[in-house]
Amino acid sequence: MLTNHRLLPLVLLLALTGCAIEPWVQPYERARLADPIMSFERDPVANGFRHHVYQTREAARGAEGGGGGGCGCN
Amino acid sequence: MAQKVVEEAVVAVTEPAVLIHRIALLFSPGRHWLLLILASLPAFSLFATVLPEDRADVMYHRYDGGGVEVDGPSILVRKSVMDTVSLSANYYVDSISSASVDVVSTASPYTEERTETSLSMDYLHNKTLMSLALTKSDESDYLSETGSFSISHDMFGDLTTVSLGYSVGNDDISRNGDADFGDQVKRQNYRLSLSQILTKNTILGVGWETITDEGFLNNPYRSYRYLDPLAGNGYSYLPEVYPRTRTSNALALRLKYYLPYRAALSSEYRYFNDTWGVDANNFELAYTHPFKEKWIFDIRYRYYTQDGADFYSDLFTRRAPQTYLARDKELSSFQSHTLGLAMSYEIKPGFLQFVDRGTLNLAYDYIHFDYDDFRDLTRGGVVGEEPFYSFSANVIKAYVSIWY
Repeated sequence: MLTNHRLLPLVLLLALTGCAIEPWVQPYERARLADPIMSFERDPVANGFRHHVYQTREAARGAEGGGGGGCGCN
Repeated sequence: MAQKVVEEAVVAVTEPAVLIHRIALLFSPGRHWLLLILASLPAFSLFATVLPEDRADVMYHRYDGGGVEVDGPSILVRKSVMDTVSLSANYYVDSISSASVDVVSTASPYTEERTETSLSMDYLHNKTLMSLALTKSDESDYLSETGSFSISHDMFGDLTTVSLGYSVGNDDISRNGDADFGDQVKRQNYRLSLSQILTKNTILGVGWETITDEGFLNNPYRSYRYLDPLAGNGYSYLPEVYPRTRTSNALALRLKYYLPYRAALSSEYRYFNDTWGVDANNFELAYTHPFKEKWIFDIRYRYYTQDGADFYSDLFTRRAPQTYLARDKELSSFQSHTLGLAMSYEIKPGFLQFVDRGTLNLAYDYIHFDYDDFRDLTRGGVVGEEPFYSFSANVIKAYVSIWY
């Protein structure tokens, strides 16, 4: 079992290399991900309205994705 | 050839969303050497934080269900300036005509209009995007003002985007026909979200939001129902009483998957709970299918279920048996099913020279609500044994989007 003392160099190493993690999906492999059909928010106006329809008829709210922010319209 | 690609890549950095896709398609496996050239360009990335696209949307929306009709326009205009700042403005109107089941039982049908205006500014600095937004919503008896700030940052080779957000809102509530009534709500939202590229076909989204409210949280027109032996029909109504604080938490997981052919599958799950005892879950599955270059079709199913608030009852046994009393059907136990269809057709409006492209869009949602403990008093029956309420709604969105 690792002690805190032994963990320290590991944590330092991770901290130093953390910004340089090798991406496992290379930029040239992201063509499909960049396709507009893969966007979570393809139509912001339509999505905003859809969330509003649900918010006014359901008790649940929040974490809808997109801008959010709560319109305060009950 | 390499020179041309590099030039296109530079354009892609400034006008990312569509052009990035085209550029990325150039990278067939035999052309990896091109990447070396592009990788040497400072700040080049196919998935870096970017400003939102310059676009405008004009939408007509209509909701019709349960005796409530709401329609109106929504207009969004977004424009970037100086490559680092994007400004947007949104104008939205709900024209409401309501004769819903609770209104029919306890009050008079009414019409009203709500207008919402938003202004936002996004500022891009390296891999960090900061956003500031102000929203004002105005009704004859409800005024709401909200300010939001969010910051998002790309990390780990731009595979991960982390966003933090905070909003604070103040609402002023009045009651039409009652000059003596006036109250307020203060609302704060805390958001944390993460977008993670899992594979070259899969993106994961995780979102958390905590919302706190303090103030007058019920609808000032709604009443609870209680057994009243003195009343002719066996029951009477009194104004609802809600707690003056509420804290809610929502956790959402989203997956987006690019199928072996050009189409996308997405799914979403959200768990919700709050200090009023409401627990809710919703699950959604959607399929996006492009057709012949210009068309995109979407089909979507959503299931939502909630357990009602601790202080909800369709019929209280007597007048004020407890401190808090609610008979608002939004706080009852119910399920809803949504089936959504949407189609989008790409256009090139040649007569507008500044427009790169546009889309014509039509979306239809059918929503059905089934209540477990909210009874439909308009259908009569023995007190406390009236049939449970259910209704369906039709929601239409017709909009034009342009990119410039």
